Amino acid sequence: MSQIHVSTTVNGDAVEFLCEPDETLLDALRDRLGLTGTKEGCGTGDCGACSVTVDGRLVCSCLVLGAEANGASVDTIEGLGQGDALHPLQRKFLEHAALQCGVCTPGFLVAAKSLLDRNPDPTETEVRYWLAGNLCRCTGYDKIVRAVIDAAADMRSQAAQS
Amino acid sequence: MPKVGIWGSLRDATDGLAEVEVDAANVRQLLDRLAEAYPGLAPQIERGVSVSIDGKIYRNAWLAQLKPDSEVFLLPRLNGG
Amino acid sequence: MALDDKHGVQTRDFKIVGTRPVRPDGLEKVTGKARFGADMALPGMLIGMILRSPHAHAHIRSIDASKALALPGVKAVVTATDFQDPGDGLRDILENCMAGEKALYDGHAVAAVAAINRSVAKRALALIDVDYEALPHVTDVDAAMRPGAPALHEDAADESVPDGWSKNVVRRYEFGHGDVDAGFAAADEVVERSFRTEAAHQGYIEPHACVASFGGDGQADLWCCTQGQYMVRATCAGIMGIEVAQLRVTASEIGGGFGGKTTVFIEPVALALSRKAGKPVKIVMSREEVFRATGPTSSSSIDVKVGMTKDGRITAGSAELRYQGGAWPGSPVEFGAMSSFAAYDLENVKTVGWDVVTNRPKQAAYRAPGAPMAAFAVESCVDELCKTLGLDPLDVRLKNASRDGSKASYGPTFDKIGLTATLATAKTHPHLSAPLGPNQGRGVACGFWFNFGGDTCVSMNIGSDGTVSVIEGNPDIGGSRAAMSQMAAEELGIPFEKVRTVIADTSSLGYNEVTDGSRVTFAVGLATIKAARDAIEKMCARAAALWGIPAEAVVWEDGCAKPAGPNAGEHEPMTLAEIAAVASETGGPIAGHYEVNADGAGVSFATHVCDVEVDPETGATKVLRYTVFQDAGKAVHPAYVEGQFQGGAVQGIGWALNEEYIYGEDGRLQNPGFLDYRIPVASDLPMIDAVIVEVPNPGHPYGVRGVGETSIVPPLAAVANAVSAACGVRMTELPMSPPKLLKAMSQKTA
Ligand code: FES
Ligand code: FES
Repeated sequence: MSQIHVSTTVNGDAVEFLCEPDETLLDALRDRLGLTGTKEGCGTGDCGACSVTVDGRLVCSCLVLGAEANGASVDTIEGLGQGDALHPLQRKFLEHAALQCGVCTPGFLVAAKSLLDRNPDPTETEVRYWLAGNLCRCTGYDKIVRAVIDAAADMRSQAAQS
Repeated sequence: MPKVGIWGSLRDATDGLAEVEVDAANVRQLLDRLAEAYPGLAPQIERGVSVSIDGKIYRNAWLAQLKPDSEVFLLPRLNGG
Repeated sequence: MALDDKHGVQTRDFKIVGTRPVRPDGLEKVTGKARFGADMALPGMLIGMILRSPHAHAHIRSIDASKALALPGVKAVVTATDFQDPGDGLRDILENCMAGEKALYDGHAVAAVAAINRSVAKRALALIDVDYEALPHVTDVDAAMRPGAPALHEDAADESVPDGWSKNVVRRYEFGHGDVDAGFAAADEVVERSFRTEAAHQGYIEPHACVASFGGDGQADLWCCTQGQYMVRATCAGIMGIEVAQLRVTASEIGGGFGGKTTVFIEPVALALSRKAGKPVKIVMSREEVFRATGPTSSSSIDVKVGMTKDGRITAGSAELRYQGGAWPGSPVEFGAMSSFAAYDLENVKTVGWDVVTNRPKQAAYRAPGAPMAAFAVESCVDELCKTLGLDPLDVRLKNASRDGSKASYGPTFDKIGLTATLATAKTHPHLSAPLGPNQGRGVACGFWFNFGGDTCVSMNIGSDGTVSVIEGNPDIGGSRAAMSQMAAEELGIPFEKVRTVIADTSSLGYNEVTDGSRVTFAVGLATIKAARDAIEKMCARAAALWGIPAEAVVWEDGCAKPAGPNAGEHEPMTLAEIAAVASETGGPIAGHYEVNADGAGVSFATHVCDVEVDPETGATKVLRYTVFQDAGKAVHPAYVEGQFQGGAVQGIGWALNEEYIYGEDGRLQNPGFLDYRIPVASDLPMIDAVIVEVPNPGHPYGVRGVGETSIVPPLAAVANAVSAACGVRMTELPMSPPKLLKAMSQKTA
């Protein structure tokens, strides 16, 4: 099987890789680009551990082909902070102890960022439904939901100040 | 002499007794003497038992001390998740 | 610092213990840098994959791998013939990793291949010919016990099993005291019910993964996600026939375990492939493999009988518990039998447990193994008696609760325990007086877990700049590194930020038992405190030598060595950093150590309160409100204690309402994926209120009790009791999925 050449943008950087025609974006990110922050929990679109955005749209990267990233712009957990400054969501996850084992955390952060990009002031119910595609087996979601709501408030007050 | 509580399914080996007296100063002695006095207990002791001494559970501490009035129970070897 | 003289627990004013610092591994985990099992890669690494039986039970007549081996890029194939018999203790574990003469369940490994990449490995698997002779199978626990049931093994039963049962009945346990018949005769009301629970999977989000490198010199390295690298080393060394010192195991960050990563599945296979191929081999399980071939917990069938007087005194309780633990002996039925009535101080109690093998994957521990289903059965019966007699379920539990000095249903006398404290706290909580609407109901249940300690080693190195490295050997699943740093900082009297705790590989410390049994904060915490005390003693001796006074004349206070006593003289206190700075000049580096087989873990109790609404049209149950009251002894990092309470409660809610292993007539698992094995998601749930009760454990210097497991014990019954209150139907089978509940409701109205 001959491999496909893919030119794409990942976290703002232009990158190229070769992948198999049936290779997922998840595998390409992890195995070709060394971006192992995106996790595989199921490979079937059911757990959200592999959440990334492609051209701003939240997707399960295990359900997207690597080849589909050609010409697109992909954002992953590795691009969430700016340099050594954490994104408010990352800070609030730490403050609220919203992770136990942490394997679901990258997916939750990417998904939550995508929510707050659309809705800066979500209700608890909106947070819960938006994150319903992300499984966490450790926390019971309580502290995750609180962290997202608190991060949203934090970002709103920062936006109001600037 | 310390009294040792025997769990139900082991009582076939102690002639039905729920409690037996064993002259022992520590857990290893206790287990050895139990197996000697009641050979039917030997296979389970071999597979592993925990003991509680005065309410405190010892998973596999041979050298834990027994007092003459200690309340001792045999327990299956504990583990967890 | 004061001593509670009855129990010798320090009721001191803590400075760092009890606060909520950001965990030391947090940044890595929110930025995607943390390396989990599947994130490891080695140069020249091959990819290993495993071929699995499509049969629930079959003879393996032959395996022909010649076509696979002829495929370009395939470097090795292994089957059972590549392993020696490792002897009694490990044989079952090896057979579970790689089938011998028989495949014993759907998903049982029969062969494995290593190839240059995944697609070649996948094609190679399809080229391996296995000649199976299918055999009759059994997956249900009650069916497996009947004489004449298809037998998995010829002589797996031990001497505890009486005659008259099928060969699948392998162990029998009995506990209790008093005379239950007399107790039931003295009751005003007796309830007798049978219950069934389905197998639930731990459902950790990270599938098993490992990389093995076995050199030609007999030395091997293994990197894997596990709850215990020392267990992996001992098990794999035994299976591979090598000495433990030749195998170094490094635990990656671990993406959840809940007991499911307390054994090995793929690690010996990766080692065998690596040995054969002469290259590193990586194996990562798919989610389907996790469901089919790792260890869920037991399914169960339980009969319970409880007697009560009109005023709510329980006169007797008995239970017969049957757990299937998959294809080998070892279901946790003894813990079910021991724990079922542990919350009650009973004069007459008897429990019998039966361990049964079936054609299912070998069960693995799942959070308080064996206890939740037993508590479901007993707490449902107690609830029913309260309803029949018109009594308040919390009052009845308070009246009968085990307390300090009660004789436990499994024998010993309880020391200091916190059950009544959790009940009393629950009674005054606003949750209990909140109004309920139509189709809504409230349920209450208690739960118990033993907790334990076990083999533990900690080293503590004092750096020349006054910072401290704590080295411990237990994978951190939920913030335990933070807790260790807190306890080290507390004892040494230095800021939290000055301590960094790391998890050692197997060559760097002595044996540490797996992260299980709720043992880590208790046992590793105890060893950390004692290692700190060892380091303090050494630092005091250095200061004493510098001052020219006896070591006994130096005390450690607020992070400083200070002269004390009549003949100590006047000396400026020396801080830890000042002593560390001259360590080399005063004798060499300073370190503290502690090695112990820790006992005295202190049992743990919880009370849960749950409100649900049942939709009469669909049978769907929605959890509206949930509160956990649990004794933590002393909460070192309260946020992570709450996290344990919340996570355990939600796992229990999932087990109660949705989660189940579904087997077809063919004995194959029908729902090996998260779509059909449905664990709770955020939109299913309310916030989970966590109320920490602190009744210090006399066995720990700070009073700590393990908190990880008890939280999964009460929810099955708490939810079932709430459902019964909401719709008047007593559900005796889990999960209470909408179709089942709807059916039960329509039968009631019909
Ligand atoms: S790995 Fe993509 S959704 Fe689970
Ligand atoms: S923190 Fe472990 S799965 Fe979410």
